Amino acid sequence: MAPNTYLYFPGCKITPFLPQYDTATRAVLSALDVRLDHTELNCCGYPMRHQNLAASVLAAARNLAIADREGMPLLTPCQCCYGQLKQAAYWLGENAALRDFVNGQLKAEGLLWHRDIPVRHLLSVLAEDIGLAAIRARVSRPLKGLQVAAHYGCHALRPGHVVQLDNPLAPTIFENLITAIGATAVEWPLRLECCGNPIWEKNPTLSLKLMARKREDAHAAGAQVLATACTYCQLQFDTVRDAHPTETESLPARLYSQLLGLALGLPHDSLGLAGSEAV
Amino acid sequence: MLTSNVATIALGICLAGTAWRISRWFRSDIGSESDGLSTGRRLAAYGRALPRILAHPRFWPRTRIFLWEIVLQGHLLQQNRLRWAMHMAMCYGVLLLVLLHALDDWTAPVFFADYYPTLNPFRWLRNFFAFLVLAGVLGTAIRHRTHTRFKRIRSNADRLILLLLAVIIVSGILLESSQILSVSVFEEMVEDYMGDDDPDEVAALRHYWATEMGAALPVRADERMDDGAAGQMAHEAYCASCHSRPQTAFLSYPISRLLKPVAGMMDALRIDNWLWTLHYLASCLALACLPFSKFFHLLATPVNLLARAAGPVSDGPRTLRAARRALGLDACTHCGVCTEHCSVAPFFQVIPNPSILPSEKLLGVKRLAATRAPDVEMALLAEGSFTCTLCGRCTRWCPSGIDLQDLWQASRRDLIQQGFPPFYEQDAATASSVPRASASTLPGHPPLSLGLTDRPETFWACVQCTTCTSVCPVVAASDDPRRDLDLTPQQIMNLMRLQLKEKAFGCRMLWDCVTCYQCQEHCPQNVKVADVLYELRNEACRRAMLSPQAIAAESS
Repeated sequence: MAPNTYLYFPGCKITPFLPQYDTATRAVLSALDVRLDHTELNCCGYPMRHQNLAASVLAAARNLAIADREGMPLLTPCQCCYGQLKQAAYWLGENAALRDFVNGQLKAEGLLWHRDIPVRHLLSVLAEDIGLAAIRARVSRPLKGLQVAAHYGCHALRPGHVVQLDNPLAPTIFENLITAIGATAVEWPLRLECCGNPIWEKNPTLSLKLMARKREDAHAAGAQVLATACTYCQLQFDTVRDAHPTETESLPARLYSQLLGLALGLPHDSLGLAGSEAV
Repeated sequence: MLTSNVATIALGICLAGTAWRISRWFRSDIGSESDGLSTGRRLAAYGRALPRILAHPRFWPRTRIFLWEIVLQGHLLQQNRLRWAMHMAMCYGVLLLVLLHALDDWTAPVFFADYYPTLNPFRWLRNFFAFLVLAGVLGTAIRHRTHTRFKRIRSNADRLILLLLAVIIVSGILLESSQILSVSVFEEMVEDYMGDDDPDEVAALRHYWATEMGAALPVRADERMDDGAAGQMAHEAYCASCHSRPQTAFLSYPISRLLKPVAGMMDALRIDNWLWTLHYLASCLALACLPFSKFFHLLATPVNLLARAAGPVSDGPRTLRAARRALGLDACTHCGVCTEHCSVAPFFQVIPNPSILPSEKLLGVKRLAATRAPDVEMALLAEGSFTCTLCGRCTRWCPSGIDLQDLWQASRRDLIQQGFPPFYEQDAATASSVPRASASTLPGHPPLSLGLTDRPETFWACVQCTTCTSVCPVVAASDDPRRDLDLTPQQIMNLMRLQLKEKAFGCRMLWDCVTCYQCQEHCPQNVKVADVLYELRNEACRRAMLSPQAIAAESS
């Protein structure tokens, strides 16, 4: 196995609802010589966390144990999947009863969870494993002059000591990746706030309100495009927004994989972008 | 006489049942689109759609679907060769036995000039087809026993179907074995076809049948022929036009050798007649059961695969959707492939509600389409239904081509309409008014939680500084948090500090929490605010599934 091979974990929502994230992520990683391996994994457990911690942790642990069996770090482009996998590992490490229960269940399939199974979010793979310098070197069409608002997403960022993506109060990883492709990262006060998607089905009014606040804030800061690196955030800023347009602004949302792909000179269709969606 | 009546009745039941099942495709309401549309209007919609479908440019590619998906069952072949082989063996074994054996009175004259069931190659073929079915049944039964996820979902109905098939095949094989051996059958045939001919010739024939044809006829020493030529001549004169040597019956003949020591007793009891009756009645039973069991998929699955060629259900006209969904439900063979690949199947290991697994949820949706089930059943179906993440993997794997993704979405709408919304829509305050089911925690396991809310030390450090509230985006989005949220995060922490957990369950803050972890990240005292809110929601969900008595027992 090459050192830059990861077990790909797209999560449940990408295939049916956001296939362009899958297409674009695979395209840019392949262009950056990262190999993705595939095997059947299950739900990360995030949607079950409200209802039943043990069930959500078991589902996450099963994925981690499969990655361990395959001998590869997990790579997910979804921040909610990432957060859940990290949280599950944290609680399994903290709570012996939970650990015994989960490993008891996994044993029937010949699987085992242990503390040292690596999980990486796409942003960390790009910024740290591949490296900003390597990305800069590969950029053939820098997105010069493009004002981008980096939307961090909550679950990969907090709680910081559990998910370990970046400094949870003053992160820079996303802005660094944006400047690496020649674009300008705008400063906007609400960059670390919630997109509103976690309560989209429970309380749509509140969900839309949270999204509108963020979008207006990014717009006011001069952003031409909002960048996301999470399935749920993109669904919120794209699919949900399209179904509930506002009159104040029409800030488009793009997945960071798509922006990176454009800067690498990859063709539009390999990034799941229609011709009209160029930025 | 009786038996032919039984067959007629079975056929009548089969035809009427099939008509009834097909009519249900046009009567069921699944998803809200076809509500209020009469059966007549739905049929008319289909009538109008049919010429378009036949003239559609995609119709001819459907021939390929017919050959690859239906005749060759290619979908299954791509998934698992062993299972494909088992299913093909069962499917074509049964089909050919029905065509060339059960219906031989009608089909044989069409295909063969001089058919007789005891001639070759028919004798060999019948054994071969039986072998195929038996191998398939046995393989499937073994898989049901050994496959880990399948262990949880095998049903009695599936087992009965396999058993019925096995009874038909085994009784048929034993029937042929007993007929090979039977002296009485031999005597009857001699009576019918040789009459009272020369006793020497009969004796020669007896000898020939005892030595060459496997009959359990006693051969006396004084009957021993020099070379068997006379017997062979008699055989060729009277028998050979209808009787090939039975050795080619590669299942029945070896079994008849094993049974030879008890052939006399079997013949005295006329076991062959009993076996014939059993074989015949079991076959009639299978015929009558066809429209009411998973055998119906023999019709519904091919029709569904062809309908699926038109694309996903939700892309089609609204008037046709309910019928296509009902057809999809009938096309399910309960093979369990969806459950094998289900993303949320691991949850079932903690929450033992079978409706979490797609193969079982489908059975619930089927009942939902037919009639309103008791509340507890509906609540369990809702729990399973809203656990699904709609990842679509079941739809991609389903060998019957059922648009499961569409079925799950349509049945969710129905569940909400009938008063069974997802849990988060009934916050703790209203939960008690909605009937819930009690399948939430694994029996025999204590509820596994982190125990944060029950440990006072979780909140010892809280100084009510209100940082959690001031960084909360949900609070910030409200002009009047008291009106919109009942309590703020810091107020909830205060209740917890004071061991007043019960007061926190009903508040809307708990259910509007976006889980952004701002509170927890910013807490200067390291109180796990967001984790506590998660745990309170877990607890509320668990309690909603318990009876009031069980909750009272727990808190005392």
